[in-house]
Amino acid sequence: MFPKGTKRKFSDSGEEPVCSGDQGPSASPAAARTLSSSYSLQRQSLLDMSLIKLQLCHMLVEPNLCRSVLIANTVRQIQEEMTQDGTWQIMTQALAAAQCPADRLVATEVLCRQTDAAAQAGQSPKPFPVSGLEEGYHSEEVVMDGDVEAEVTMSSLSPVSPQLSSASYLPGPFGMAPCWEEEEEDGDCEEDEEEDSEESVSEEEESEPDHLRADSRTGEQVFGTFEIKHPAPPPDPALEELFSDVDPSYYDLDTVLTGMQSTPKMGPYDLLESLSSHAPTALSSSSSCRSDLNELDHIMEIIVGS
Amino acid sequence: MEEESDTRKINNSFLRDHNYATEADIISTVEFNSTGELLATGDKGGRVVVFQREQESKTQPHRRGEYNVYSTFQSHEPEFDYLKSLEIEEKINKIKWLPQQNAAYFLLSTNDKTVKLWKISERDKRPEGYNLKDEDGRFRDPSTITSLRVPVLQPMDLMVEATARRVFSNAHTYHINSISVNSDLQTFISTDDLRVNLWNLEITDRSFNIVDIKPANMEELTEVITSAEFHPQQCHTFAYSSSKGSIRLCDMRQAALCDKHCKYFEEPEDPSTRSFFSEIISSISDVKFSHNGRYLMTRDYLTVKVWDLQMENKPLETYQVHDYLRGKLCSLYENDCIFDKFECVWNGSDSVIMTGSYNNFFRMFDRNTKRDVTLEASRENSKPRAILKPRKVCVGGKRRKDEISVDSLDFSKKILHTTWHPHENIIAVAATNNLYIFQDKVN
Repeated sequence: MFPKGTKRKFSDSGEEPVCSGDQGPSASPAAARTLSSSYSLQRQSLLDMSLIKLQLCHMLVEPNLCRSVLIANTVRQIQEEMTQDGTWQIMTQALAAAQCPADRLVATEVLCRQTDAAAQAGQSPKPFPVSGLEEGYHSEEVVMDGDVEAEVTMSSLSPVSPQLSSASYLPGPFGMAPCWEEEEEDGDCEEDEEEDSEESVSEEEESEPDHLRADSRTGEQVFGTFEIKHPAPPPDPALEELFSDVDPSYYDLDTVLTGMQSTPKMGPYDLLESLSSHAPTALSSSSSCRSDLNELDHIMEIIVGS
Repeated sequence: MEEESDTRKINNSFLRDHNYATEADIISTVEFNSTGELLATGDKGGRVVVFQREQESKTQPHRRGEYNVYSTFQSHEPEFDYLKSLEIEEKINKIKWLPQQNAAYFLLSTNDKTVKLWKISERDKRPEGYNLKDEDGRFRDPSTITSLRVPVLQPMDLMVEATARRVFSNAHTYHINSISVNSDLQTFISTDDLRVNLWNLEITDRSFNIVDIKPANMEELTEVITSAEFHPQQCHTFAYSSSKGSIRLCDMRQAALCDKHCKYFEEPEDPSTRSFFSEIISSISDVKFSHNGRYLMTRDYLTVKVWDLQMENKPLETYQVHDYLRGKLCSLYENDCIFDKFECVWNGSDSVIMTGSYNNFFRMFDRNTKRDVTLEASRENSKPRAILKPRKVCVGGKRRKDEISVDSLDFSKKILHTTWHPHENIIAVAATNNLYIFQDKVN
């Protein structure tokens, strides 16, 4: 839950999300200086919804660029507002603090694996939100211009690099750590490969209880079951040191947009299927604020794990 | 046609002429040709079906010419882009007719990547009486030929053939959303999300890029082109609309690359209605010049706007299509309906504009009387040849007998594509996989 009493830095006179009208718009009059929790809930759920939409744009047919751009702009807008409110900062701090020690082991292992990301070609789909966007236009860059971008983004995936791409909000790849596909591998990525790699990764996961736990949180995350399954651990100074050079600027959507290599050619139903093996998938759209810590947990995993 | 009689007809007298149910496929575009004699529809399966109006019969003057199927052909096939491992849909996004110059008809049809020029021609005679061939085509032994004759053309059953005369391909990285034929009848533009390309109808292996809004760094992409159209009379002028709710008018004489617009139309945002969805609902889904070339019409999610080309800072007229959806934007965002791209059309005299909505409703607005009407394209709710009854959506409070409440609207039944006959009050409306043709009542 966002700490109560967080004050809005700027008053937005008209700015409230227009959500489906059951409860009506939240009461955030221009004069109110307190961030209304229902407003932030609505905003939060809108953000989650948008990210899921971006993520699910991986189809066999090229996704609609206009739609992706509009959704990405919406996410950016929410992000900017949250940054203004200061809630974004709070979230990223809580995120760093919420990392539990066991995950660190996973993280370390993953870090090692990450460095030879080149070997991960054709691995499981990374259902990165905007990869659909990437799919449409990034590929062209690689093919036509022999783009440096591809290499840059690959290196940015290594967690030790300060360029780590934001993955901040991505209901990520269920802790499938090294799952960023190389852009060059685009052409090879077919659905069969995906399924294989999904299977292999899930097998890996089963063998690592920590990883599995992380996955189940991730799985839940994606479907918005907002219950805390594990209490938030106390901040770990060792972890903080590990992540001290993590630059919060890469929570910025822009890096997210570029950081991602493409394509999972995974249909929306594949995503659902692959997640079903993990956590209960109660699709709940009522986001309780308690879920946020959970979110932060797994966002951290993504950053580390990818 | 007088304005007054126009109005009366529009509000009261549209009757359902006939409707055609195409088997499987969702209709993705409809377009009358420049005389209104032909009506083309394109569908999701890549097929084009052309209807032709019957000659008016003197014995049945109360029946205006009906539209019957004239030609059906497969315009585009599904393809696979091996480079990106993606399918290219065969869905026909747009059809544009070329004005008729000889006995054959020409149209341009496009899917996401490729534009094709089709020639539709009739054959109702065939030559008979060859010297060297039999009637069934077998060659005759020359030694058996003792006399020569001249082959003559004999009538045969009418055959309508469609042949692809040009294929304009490999010019678009992104999905083509519109095509527009120039008034010079020699060139046309094809538009995708980031670029506008100019083609000569005769040349298929190259095109000129005249607008490119692709940023050097793709992560900075925040705006895409949603539609473009040539001015109906000025062959050097075209307009394109964006996902941010702006329209740019460009003059091709100014520079080879028309990145600098000569006019920029945008209405400043109303801060009182601002929400997270403001940008999405301001995205323009269609832009159409009026027939007289003085106005532009744009369609965004909730409104239709008419712009005077001389006034850039705000539209001349704004019409609310379905403002009752404003309170439902979150749900519509969730189910993706907020991204639906509705088209809009002018009538022949530019006095009435029409656009579609949900629940198989479509709306007409009379620009002169400011009256509007909501009609429904459905078999259940209208009998053939019956006058359409105006519909009403109830926005709250007590619902009257024939009204429909906002919550009962069927959002899967959307009318995205409509077209209006260039001279008469005949409209064609595509409701998913059904085509409806409505004509106004003949007195």
